Amino acid sequence: MILNKIFKNTLLLLAACLVLSACATKKEVATEAIKGQMQGDVYTGTDSVEYLADGVPDRVFFATNESILTTASRETLRAQAAWLRKNSSINVVLEGHADERGTREYNLALGERRANSAKDYLMTYGISSDRISVLSYGKERPVDSGSNPLAWSKNRRSVTVKAN
Amino acid sequence: MIKNYLIFIILITLPFKVFAIIEVDITRGNLDPLPLAVSPLSIDDKSKKEFQKILKKENIGSEISIIVENNLKTSGLFDPLSKDAFLQAPDIANLKPRFEDWNLIKAQALITGKVSLVDKKLRVEFRLWDVLAAKEMMALAFTTVPNNWRRVGHIISDKVYERLTGEKGYFDTRIIYVAEEGPKTQRIKKLAIMDQDGFNNKFLTLGNELVLTPRFNPTSQMVTYLSYFRNLPRVYLLDIETGTQEVVGDFPGMTFAPRFSPDGKKIIMSFAKDGRSDIYTMDLENRIVEKITNHPSIDTSPSYSPDGKYIAFNSDRSGYQQIYVMNSDGSDVKRISFGNGLYGTPVWSPRGDLIAFTKLHKGKFYIGVMRTDGSGERLLTENYYQEAPSWSPNGRVLIFYRETKTNAKGEGFSAKLWSIDLTGYNERLVSTSTDASDPSWSSLLSN
Repeated sequence: MILNKIFKNTLLLLAACLVLSACATKKEVATEAIKGQMQGDVYTGTDSVEYLADGVPDRVFFATNESILTTASRETLRAQAAWLRKNSSINVVLEGHADERGTREYNLALGERRANSAKDYLMTYGISSDRISVLSYGKERPVDSGSNPLAWSKNRRSVTVKAN
Repeated sequence: MIKNYLIFIILITLPFKVFAIIEVDITRGNLDPLPLAVSPLSIDDKSKKEFQKILKKENIGSEISIIVENNLKTSGLFDPLSKDAFLQAPDIANLKPRFEDWNLIKAQALITGKVSLVDKKLRVEFRLWDVLAAKEMMALAFTTVPNNWRRVGHIISDKVYERLTGEKGYFDTRIIYVAEEGPKTQRIKKLAIMDQDGFNNKFLTLGNELVLTPRFNPTSQMVTYLSYFRNLPRVYLLDIETGTQEVVGDFPGMTFAPRFSPDGKKIIMSFAKDGRSDIYTMDLENRIVEKITNHPSIDTSPSYSPDGKYIAFNSDRSGYQQIYVMNSDGSDVKRISFGNGLYGTPVWSPRGDLIAFTKLHKGKFYIGVMRTDGSGERLLTENYYQEAPSWSPNGRVLIFYRETKTNAKGEGFSAKLWSIDLTGYNERLVSTSTDASDPSWSSLLSN
């Protein structure tokens, strides 16, 4: 009798283990997919990216609460600066954005800070501040309406938009 | 836009010294709401017919009593009894209640009254009775234009609340907020205003440009808010009676996070430039602009103490969003939030003793309160996303907004207004015709 009970419990335990490991595998697959598009929590994919010209992506992405430019962001901005030097009649607006996981007012300021860090970098590559204006949308204009880390990473961005 | 704010209040009998038999303790939450009866206000046939013509309401006496009933119920402090159980007719109850009858249905207080049309005006008298002591506690009469009938219901509610709790009410007030619609990636936002109970909703802007964070002037019907008019985010001033608006100040960049000073004479806000946001004030009379903070960090969400001597604000000068308090000239900056997590949107209570805030910790958002030195932190409610508390004028209730998580397809987003008592009890959805955010509670319209 007792043995039987122990046996039963073991079976139950085994079943539970199986369920758990199945879940873990599923989760891992999902994380793998995100990993391909994120480094840390900075978006590295190309999903929402548009191009100002061939090989000149229009946007750079940021880590949560950060406005520091990543290596990839600096590369994008150098391409934008080169393109702007070639097209000297074009002015741009840098639109800074934040994800939805922050208070509205702080996010407005954070968007402004992000756009300015892109602006500063363009200026160090020879683009006059007269040609660049900055506009923060805070969390008001997400590109991805998802409530998950990948969606948030796409929304933490500064987008360079032609102003004329 | 809103005609005739004046409501004449006449004291019929001075509330003579009453032995405080009924007492409601506001600090205890809604554990034991006081049972009371709100009798329909009686009305004579002639007035009833006239009001049917003017207001298109079957029985304005009952309608006003329903407003009172709903207000008192929503406060969580009172338990209005079902009218089905009432034994006494409204007209007779108003003359002299048969206290045994009301006692029988367990009412501890009774509200009665009478409505009539006098010189094309709405005249309402009401009485508050202590059932157990068999005594009149208060009697008042109002005369106003018929269109103000909902406000009469709110004023009666405030008088009853004040008489029974010993503190001012918050029912004759309005909420300004942002009405939202459309997909999350292209939200259309309009300024909207409504009575505290959700009625008389009006849109104040058309939705052509993004508008955010409207806030009432504590002393008048002025509102300050952020508008993206012509894609330039700027702080604006709006007179909701005349509809006139103007930009506040002449700043070469984004101004945001506006609020009025307690005397209504200044606007305090953030100005963002070159990646830093500092706090500024502008005097609305002489247009003098003053810079209050000077730090490379983000300084935003400023809120004055009710005496105007201090300013609470949000800054990330420590590396992360925290709450700070300084003197109103910007001196003596002190960090007050030291708990785990990020802190934002400090709002000073109208009573002066507490600061309400939003807290983000381990992926959850909380609305909480702390003392003005940062001690005694108390979290009132936890959710996926919520922020922007605004105080009721008596400092007993907070209204804020809450957003829902979307599903895997990015669907299911909504934003709604909620209210909660300072006690952490009585959390309620504030019903709005559209999605809603950024609520701001007005002062009492009448006193």
